[in-house]
Amino acid sequence: MTALAIPVFTGVVVLVLYSAIFFRRRAGEPLYDGPPVYGGARLQLTWIVVSFVLVLVLALLGITTLVSSQAAQAVGASGRAIGSGSETGSPIKETNNELQVQVIAQQWYFTYRFPDYGGVETTHLELPVGVPVEFHVTSLDIIHSWWAYELGVKADANPGVDNQFHATPQRTGSFTVRCAELCGIWHGEMADTEGRVVSGSDFNSWIKQQQATFAEIGKSLPSYAPSYFPEPLTKGT
Amino acid sequence: MAVADLTTERRLSIPTGIPTGVLLAITGYFAGVWLGNEFGLFDDQNTGIILGYVFATAGFLIGMGFLNHPLGRLLGWRLDPLGEADIEVGLGRYFRLSLDHKVIGIQYLVTILTMLFFGGVGAMVIRTSLLSPTPTIVPAGNYLSVVGLHSVMMIFITSAAIVGPFGNYLVPLMIGSRRMAFPRLEALSFWLVPPAAVILGAATFWGGFPTGWTGYAPLSEQAGQGMDSYIVGFILIGLALITSGVNMLATIIALRAPGLTWARLPIFVWGILCTSILGLLAAPVLAAALVMLALDRSAQTSFFLASNGGSNYLWENLFWFFGHPEVYIFILPAFGIVMELAAHFARRPLFGYRVGVVGLFGVTLLSWFVWQHHLFVSGIAPVLRPFYMLSTELISVPTGFIFLVVLGTLWRSRVWLTVPMLFCLGFLFNFLIGGITGVYLSDVPTDVTLHGSYFSMAHFHYTIMGGEIFAFAAAIYYWFPRMTGKMLNQTLGRIHFWWMFIAFNSTFFPLLIAGLLDMPRRVSAYNPGLQFLNQWVTFSAYLLFSSMILFAANIIYSWFIQPVPAVANPWRARSLEWQIPTPVPARNFERVPLILAGPYDYGLPNAKPVADLRGLVGATGGS
Repeated sequence: MTALAIPVFTGVVVLVLYSAIFFRRRAGEPLYDGPPVYGGARLQLTWIVVSFVLVLVLALLGITTLVSSQAAQAVGASGRAIGSGSETGSPIKETNNELQVQVIAQQWYFTYRFPDYGGVETTHLELPVGVPVEFHVTSLDIIHSWWAYELGVKADANPGVDNQFHATPQRTGSFTVRCAELCGIWHGEMADTEGRVVSGSDFNSWIKQQQATFAEIGKSLPSYAPSYFPEPLTKGT
Repeated sequence: MAVADLTTERRLSIPTGIPTGVLLAITGYFAGVWLGNEFGLFDDQNTGIILGYVFATAGFLIGMGFLNHPLGRLLGWRLDPLGEADIEVGLGRYFRLSLDHKVIGIQYLVTILTMLFFGGVGAMVIRTSLLSPTPTIVPAGNYLSVVGLHSVMMIFITSAAIVGPFGNYLVPLMIGSRRMAFPRLEALSFWLVPPAAVILGAATFWGGFPTGWTGYAPLSEQAGQGMDSYIVGFILIGLALITSGVNMLATIIALRAPGLTWARLPIFVWGILCTSILGLLAAPVLAAALVMLALDRSAQTSFFLASNGGSNYLWENLFWFFGHPEVYIFILPAFGIVMELAAHFARRPLFGYRVGVVGLFGVTLLSWFVWQHHLFVSGIAPVLRPFYMLSTELISVPTGFIFLVVLGTLWRSRVWLTVPMLFCLGFLFNFLIGGITGVYLSDVPTDVTLHGSYFSMAHFHYTIMGGEIFAFAAAIYYWFPRMTGKMLNQTLGRIHFWWMFIAFNSTFFPLLIAGLLDMPRRVSAYNPGLQFLNQWVTFSAYLLFSSMILFAANIIYSWFIQPVPAVANPWRARSLEWQIPTPVPARNFERVPLILAGPYDYGLPNAKPVADLRGLVGATGGS
């Protein structure tokens, strides 16, 4: 896209500057009128056709990228991809082989539940490298947006909605999670720099440790569901 | 005889005007608060505050005298039709309910500039706070209030910045009319703006509102009483858009002087026409959404609350169904200004006039089909994303027409690089960046990273401030002599242009990069690694603000302190609004002018003058 944007930008800027510099009326020159040309059919037609074609090419590029990433990421899954797609109310499919991760947003932090591991809820996220993950993003209060910049994903967390997307972490390392939708005064603080992509065995030991740590608290959690309906909002907070 | 007595001219003995309006507004506010608190369902005061603002506005408008005419007609009093009796002189007319479109234009201009100052101060507070990566300078809660006030104030301004002052003042002059089609609606569209601004400002007494200009529910349902200011203020601006839209459409369609065919209509008027279509059709959607929000907050309905069966997607869709045409309400008149000025300063016919008009209409039409590009990552209707990607990118085709027209007009002409023309060139540069960054946001794969980041914030500042506000400045420099009879100082104008242009780009270009480096919008705390970038931006923003102060100083200096009387047609332009004397006569044209030629017929050896001001033989009166 940038390959198209730069020539267009340069072209227009050069034309504007060239006109402004070389066709300007110099100081002291009398004011006289330019040539009375009302238009040029050929030039107008060329411009219209070229801009139309450029836009179509861009849109096609975008759509193919979108669709192919969908295909790549949706292998064995229910067929949704980058960004998002909601399947409100649909039960979590047991049949696919992706790691299920539920992102639960609330003012002002994200927590994560792993239905494959007894519904344990953690306060940070670690993911095994190379394993496709099916994310289910939901919110307990207002709209948030789960943005993991290094993973290249963003999905809104809506109350009562199960917003799904798929991603496969390619490298081990750390990632930052931020909220990308204004959610009240600590919106800017709703960030977690402790996201990790780790090897499969490290992930297994991490999740076991999490299960042990949160075992007691886990008993008071509601059972795993695509979305949760907490008490209605209170006002004036 | 009794009948004759009844029909003699009578005037209300209660003086109407701003003092009465303010008095009735205060009374109305307390009446509304009392009523709401007495009968409201809950003790959160929202019902009372909303009713208070509504009653205050009604009281203000009644006090200004908006009911005198309809009540008088109802009671059968003989009231003057618009005529000599409505022509007012003196400074006082600017502070009264005036039906003169020229007075309303000036009222709008001064109001917009005043509001712009407050909006700009808000921006400075935001930037000052962001000097530090943690909210230490401005507390996080206050920071968010300022973000809300800055954004909504600026939206109020930019909705009316061009249509208000220049549309009202110039459209009748450009189409050879003595007035607008509905002068009372025109006055109403103006007098709704000050109450909207005051109500918005009143949010500060309730701790502001935390939602920015988008007012996303359910955050806006959770918010404190400051949110009610957002609701009522925005409804009033919506009403102003509707009234002004219907009035402009009626005026342009019905009141064109004889001979002013559609093909001779100045391109600026086409811009106003298109923006009026958008305002008329989009604002009701906003008003409906805001009424739902008000009901959710006061009567405990749950349109937007998932826990009671509503959906936040409803708000997002209604808001952006208004919101995306809204951004073209900002920019279409700016397109009009830039094309208009290009022809006059290149001193040649507009290149591809019809292409320009088609471009304006193309944007108008397509703007209804793109709103879901704001919701690419929201999780709604992912199957439709390719469609919205295509429709959004298609908008760049008619937008490109505007560039074609301007570039074609400048090419091989003799460009007179006046201050207004400089601002038009600045517009082209800034809007180009704004447009190209918009393509990145329209593309789903890139939008997944950029959405909700500083990239999108910098993008729309490039289009609105770098676009609309630059065109607004161009319009002020160009038409100031027409509207006030004084020339703005051109040297100060040149300094202002370069200062503003450099400071603007130095402020917003780094913000594009901040967005690429994962800085979300509307945050009071950010990644400390971006502190240098943010400090750079803040100092540039101070420079930008000071350039606007220079602009204000130039206006005050050239208008009041050291006025230089303008000659009748300082730019030697052909168009009709410059063919009448300065200052503009009270009734604009002695007779209805007869339009003989297009406004851009420069360089033709035997071009006719644009109009015969002696009018059609026998065609007198008629307004």
